[in-house]
Amino acid sequence: MAIEDIIKPENLVYKKPDIMNDNSMHYCPGCSHGVIHKLIAEVIEEMGLVENAIGITPVGCAVFAYNYIDIDWEEAAHGRAPAMATAIKRLRPNKLVFTYQGDGDLAAIGTAETIHACNRGESIAIIFVNNGIYGMTGGQMAPTTLEGMKTATCPYGRDVKLNGYPLKITNLLKELEGMRYVTRQSVHTAAAVRKTKKAIRKAFENCMDGKGGANIVEVVSTCSSGWKMTPEKSNKWMEENMFPAYPLGDLKDKDANI
Amino acid sequence: MSEEVKLMKGNEAIAHAAIRCGCDGYFGYPITPQSEVLETLMEVEPWKTTGMVVLQAESEVSAINMVYGGAGSGKKVMTSSSSPGVSLKQEGVSYLAGAELPALIVNVMRGGPGLGTIQPSQADYFQTVKGGGHGDYRLIALAPASVQEMADFVGLAFDLAFKYRNPAIILADGVIGQMMEKVVLPDFKPRRTDEEIEKECPWAAVGKPKNRKPNIITSLELQPDAMEQNNLRFQAKYKAIEENEVRYEEIMCEDAEYLLVAFGSSARICQKACQIAREKGIKLGLLRPITLWPFPTKAIAEYANKVKAMLTVELNAGQMVEDVRLAVNGKVPVEHYGRLGGIVYTPDEIVEAVKNKLM
Amino acid sequence: MAKFKGAIVVNQERCKGCRLCVVACPANVLAMSKQVNAKGYNFAIMENEDACIGCASCGIVCPDGCITVYKTKID
Repeated sequence: MAIEDIIKPENLVYKKPDIMNDNSMHYCPGCSHGVIHKLIAEVIEEMGLVENAIGITPVGCAVFAYNYIDIDWEEAAHGRAPAMATAIKRLRPNKLVFTYQGDGDLAAIGTAETIHACNRGESIAIIFVNNGIYGMTGGQMAPTTLEGMKTATCPYGRDVKLNGYPLKITNLLKELEGMRYVTRQSVHTAAAVRKTKKAIRKAFENCMDGKGGANIVEVVSTCSSGWKMTPEKSNKWMEENMFPAYPLGDLKDKDANI
Repeated sequence: MSEEVKLMKGNEAIAHAAIRCGCDGYFGYPITPQSEVLETLMEVEPWKTTGMVVLQAESEVSAINMVYGGAGSGKKVMTSSSSPGVSLKQEGVSYLAGAELPALIVNVMRGGPGLGTIQPSQADYFQTVKGGGHGDYRLIALAPASVQEMADFVGLAFDLAFKYRNPAIILADGVIGQMMEKVVLPDFKPRRTDEEIEKECPWAAVGKPKNRKPNIITSLELQPDAMEQNNLRFQAKYKAIEENEVRYEEIMCEDAEYLLVAFGSSARICQKACQIAREKGIKLGLLRPITLWPFPTKAIAEYANKVKAMLTVELNAGQMVEDVRLAVNGKVPVEHYGRLGGIVYTPDEIVEAVKNKLM
Repeated sequence: MAKFKGAIVVNQERCKGCRLCVVACPANVLAMSKQVNAKGYNFAIMENEDACIGCASCGIVCPDGCITVYKTKID
C-alpha cells in the first residue's frame, strides 16, 4: 500500500492539538516542556475548556508558554504563580485555573506561595516540571538538583554540606490536608506520556467539579542543555539518576483514599 | 434621604468603602497600623452580600500577587499594608505597572527604615512617587487627610486605575488610619457583571472566546524595539495623567505671604497652624497636594510668584520638599520641617518653624 | 488478525532533530535525514516506510508537535 493512500484525513490517528499553534518553540531540541505543553493543550481541548481556561506561566524556560498554547494567560513574577492562581480561581470559580512552574520557581523562590495555596486547598492545578536545574539562566543549581550533580553553581557536584539536600517538595505537599491529588510522572516514553496525560486530565477535572482541593502533577523531566547530554542520553540519565530520587507514581489521591 | 453618618477609624472606612464601591477582591496580611482593614472585612463578610472575595494571604508578597492575578482577569481588586509590608509588595507593584493593570494599594505609613516603629510617619513619599519597585513607572498616588477622604478615595482610586490601566495607591499614615471621625460612606455600587468586565476590560484574561486572540497579561518583552515602544506608551500615559489628574486643595492662600505645603495628616495640623499664625499677624496659607503623583507642580510654581517663602511640613526627614523645590526652581526659599520616629508636631511647633526658617 | 499499516508526516521545518521519535519507534521506521532544514537541524524521516504500524509513539514523544500520524487497516 502506497504511503499516499494512507495519508488521508479519514486515517488520521495523531496530530498536535489545534490550540497548540504553529509558532516555533524556543525550547532546546528534545526538551520535555514541549511534550508537557502538548498534553496540557490536548486535555484542555478534549475537556472542551478552551474558552474557560486561564493559565499562569512562570519565570524560567516556560515563561513563553503563552506563545504556544492559544488560551488566555497571565505571566507571573518568579514563584508567585500559585498566589495569582488563588485569586483568579476565587474571583472566577467556574474557570480552569492552572499554573505551570519549574523547580526553581516552585520549590525555591515560590515555596511559600506553593505550600500555602496547596494548604488552603485552592481548586487549582499545578503542573510542576522538575529537571533538577535552572534552565533559562544557564544551568545553575536548583533545589531539586541531585546530590553530586554538577551545575554552573555547583561545578564540582552538589555538596549537601554546602547546599543542603535535594528538596522533595511533592512529598512535603502530599502531607497537606488541602491537597487532593499529588502525582509524579514523566514524559520520556510514549507510555509515560500517556500516563502523564491521564494525570493532567484528572487534575483538571478535579479543578472543575466544585469539590475543592489542590492538585499537583510533577513531571520529572530532562534538560539536555543544562545537563550537557543529548536528549536520548538525558532520558537514560534521568531513568538511572532522577527516578531513584523522585520515584514515579501517585503520592496522594484523596478520591481513591491513596 | 438623609445621609448616613458613621463614626469609625480611617482603616475601617477603607474596608466599608471597598465593599460599597463594588470591589471584587481584597487580599491582605496583618501589619500595624492597618490591620483593621482586613479585620473589618472579615467581620462584615462581604462575600455573603456582594460576593466580594476577602483573603488573608501568607505574606504581603503573596497578597500583591493575588492582586496581580485578579487584576489581570479584569477584576476590581486591592490590598492594604503598612510601610515594611509595602516594601515587600514592590515587586508586584512593578509587575502591575509593567502589565498595565488597574489595582489599588493602600499604604498606612509607619516609621522606618527597617522595622522602625508602629507610630505614624510620612517617610514612604519617595517610595510612592519616585518608583519603589524597579523600572520606569508611576503610581497614581492619593493622599487622604481625613477619614472621609479615606472612604472617598477608594472609589476614586479605582476609577483612575481603570481609566488609565495603571495601579493606584492611597498613601495614608498611621494617624489617618487609626483616627476615629465621622464619615458619610459612599452609596452602594454593585460589582460589575462578567459581561460588563469583558466590555470595559477587553484585554483581561478571562478565558478565550472563539472570536478573539488570546489575552496575555505580561510585562515581558525581549525585543528591544518593542520594549522601548512599551515604555514610550507608558510615558505617554503618565503625561496624560499629569495633565488631567492633578488634585490639590488651597487653604487661606488668597493673601498668603508664606506658604505651607503638606499632605495627609500633616496638612490638617498645618491648617490649624495657619489659623494660629494669622492670629499673630503672619499671613500663612496652605497648599495640600491631594495627588502626590501627579504632583501639583504648576500650582506651586505659580505660588512662587506670590509668596516670600515656602515650608514643607512632613513626618519625614525631607522628601516632598525636593519636588516643591523643583517646582519653585529657586524663585523663593523652600524649607522643610519634619519630625521623625513617630512624633507628630503640634500646630504651634509649625508656626515656630515658619518664624525660624522662613522669616 | 487484522494488520495495520501506518504512515507519518513530519513537519520538517519545525523539527529540531532531537531523535526522540527515532528512539520511541518500536518498528525502527524512523531515521534522521542527511539534509538539514532552514534552522540547520537534521530532521526525522521515514526510512523504513513499510514497517510503520501507525502506533503514534513518535508523535506522542515529539516535543515540538512535528509529527502527524495516519493508520489504516489492511486485510
